[in-house]
Amino acid sequence: MPEIVFEGVEKRYGAVRVLQPLDLTLADGEFTVLVGPSGCGKSTTLRILAGLETLSAGEIYFNGRPISRLDPKDRDIAMVFQDYALYPHMNIAKNMSFALRLQRRPKAEINAKVRQVASMLNIAHLLDRKPGELSGGQRQRVAMGRALVRDAGTFLFDEPLSNLDAKLRAKMRTELAEMRDRIDKNMVYVTHDQVEAMTLGDRIVVMDGGVIQQQGTPKELFEKPVNQFVAGFIGSPTMNFLKGELIEDHGRLFVAGDGYRLALGDGARQRIAATNAREVVVGIRPSSFSSRADAGSAIDLKVVVAEYLGASTVLATRCGSSDVLVELSSEELPRVGDRVSYAVKSEAIFVFDAKSGKTL
Amino acid sequence: MQAANSHRLTPYLFLAPAGLVLAVALLYPIGYMVYASFLDWNPSQKINEAAFVGLRNYANLLVDPAFRESLWVTIKFASVVVSLEMLLGVGLALLLDRKLRGMTLLRTLFILPMMIAPIVVGLMWRYMYHPTVGTFNRALKGLGLPPVEWLSDSNWALVSIIIADIWQWTPFIFILALAALQSLPKSAMEAARIDGATGWQQILHIKLPLMMPVLIVTCLLRLIDAFKVLEVVLVLTNGGPGLSTEILSLRIARTASEFRELGKAAAMSNYLLLFLMVLTLAMFFYSKATERRAARLRAEAEGAH
Ligand SMILES: Nc1ncnc2c1ncn2[C@@H]1O[C@H](COP(=O)(O)OP(=O)(O)OP(=O)(O)O)[C@@H](O)[C@H]1O
Ligand SMILES: [Mg+2]
Repeated sequence: MPEIVFEGVEKRYGAVRVLQPLDLTLADGEFTVLVGPSGCGKSTTLRILAGLETLSAGEIYFNGRPISRLDPKDRDIAMVFQDYALYPHMNIAKNMSFALRLQRRPKAEINAKVRQVASMLNIAHLLDRKPGELSGGQRQRVAMGRALVRDAGTFLFDEPLSNLDAKLRAKMRTELAEMRDRIDKNMVYVTHDQVEAMTLGDRIVVMDGGVIQQQGTPKELFEKPVNQFVAGFIGSPTMNFLKGELIEDHGRLFVAGDGYRLALGDGARQRIAATNAREVVVGIRPSSFSSRADAGSAIDLKVVVAEYLGASTVLATRCGSSDVLVELSSEELPRVGDRVSYAVKSEAIFVFDAKSGKTL
Repeated sequence: MQAANSHRLTPYLFLAPAGLVLAVALLYPIGYMVYASFLDWNPSQKINEAAFVGLRNYANLLVDPAFRESLWVTIKFASVVVSLEMLLGVGLALLLDRKLRGMTLLRTLFILPMMIAPIVVGLMWRYMYHPTVGTFNRALKGLGLPPVEWLSDSNWALVSIIIADIWQWTPFIFILALAALQSLPKSAMEAARIDGATGWQQILHIKLPLMMPVLIVTCLLRLIDAFKVLEVVLVLTNGGPGLSTEILSLRIARTASEFRELGKAAAMSNYLLLFLMVLTLAMFFYSKATERRAARLRAEAEGAH
């Protein structure tokens, strides 16, 4: 359960730099989630932490002790691999107990531990099978089980739920969330599913192109994204982005574009005054629209499609030439083809610099 | 109706010449040999003049001390040679399975002995084993040690041919083991490192078990080959001194040409053939059985999912 610190960690394959110098602190007992699109360097970060990949520059510290030269076995970690990495010649029980057997733990203890984890993962009936005789989802659970039977200080998960069906995934997510609260271990969890990230992470690290875009609690990332990439990545359905321009009018600040004109609050005005940006991108979350006209400045939309999801409905609408998603409770639905006017609170409007993508 | 029949027969018609060639080339000699093994036949007779003696050749062989000695030498030779070659070949492969500069060149050098014709290997080693001018005895002399009668001492002769065979055939096992090693799933090895396995434990618990199917086949191929070894022994010792290196194929050749007992030689060949067939069938059934087991369990897994 060490505190893990990445200091200027960098990874190059030949001339290609897949991780830019990376600084990151994972507090003791924290559940950290690395999210980002495919190829952004999540697995690489995890593999460097595990010791399977050498780093090109920088250092990693466990409780202040540099560990980048240690063998994986000396780092006290357990890991779930993205491609399972099960031992093809061992049955499931042997796969799961391999680490414990190497540690020469008593047989009874090993068996008990394996049974317990296997029944938690619903694979107790598969213990005599070989990995080649399992389905993808079953293999993934075995990979998970092999890590969970270990008593390691740090657990690394590389997309451990990606191959499960929706129901099983939700169940495992709950199990993991429970486990996170129950055991006091460092967990580093890689996923590209932002729902998993939001529900599991004490802290989320959003990566893109080998660079950490932002890190913080799920709430921080949702409410205060530092740039357009993070804003677009966190939250479901994804945030709407509209091109626009800043306009001062009678001492008030507006942002206007094709088919809309929205008033910004005073806080935003002060922040934006400090920059001299003109061209901006406006971000509005689908859930920020309200059908009550008095709830903020209004935006006119034309309904194109309505996706009924039960309690809520997602409307695909058009604002000028841009698409806008609106999430409403299913009671107050307009019809397809209607022109509607929804209000948006000024606090719910994000403004990004069109060039740098930074939040203004 | 007849047209349909002839249509169905067409493919066989086209296959017939190939089938015929196969039958003649493969079955005829074997059939000939089996038939010959029931005869008391010497080379000056035509085959239809030879007396039919039933299984007498086989029965006689079982109590023939020279044959039994020869069989014993062959078994000794084959088992020692194959176990040492497996040990060395697999060990070298484990050692050289890494990305270092110059490794490709080294690997190429390693497999050179395999590419030399066995007769040449025999001549080469005969020179090196030469009691006075040979490389080994000169080296021993240089070290102040007494010379060794490599080929003329009945205790050393078998050792000498074993050394030559190991030199020639270890590379075969080396390249097959290396290929097996390099096709192992990388991620399983990584998982083992994470699970805390040391280098030895990775070899013992992960690499060797995963290489096992290839190693078993390699071992059987080598075993079959070792039972039929001829040229190197012929050139080095010609079976001597005494019967100390008279391996089976040499004995068969001598029985046919020197002792002029073709029937007996054929019976010996058949014993060898039978033995190798048992080995091959064992290998075949082993792989079939494992395949079938895997398929069955996979089907069950799919059903249970
Ligand atoms: N051995 C390698 N040689 C060269 N480039 C590599 C190598 N391994 C990974 N990369 C590159 O490094 C980048 C990061 O890869 P990584 O596996 O960390 O992505 P990821 O974020 O885990 O993606 P995914 O979500 O698809 O698993 C990718 O662009 C990949 O092409
Ligand atoms: Mg990955």
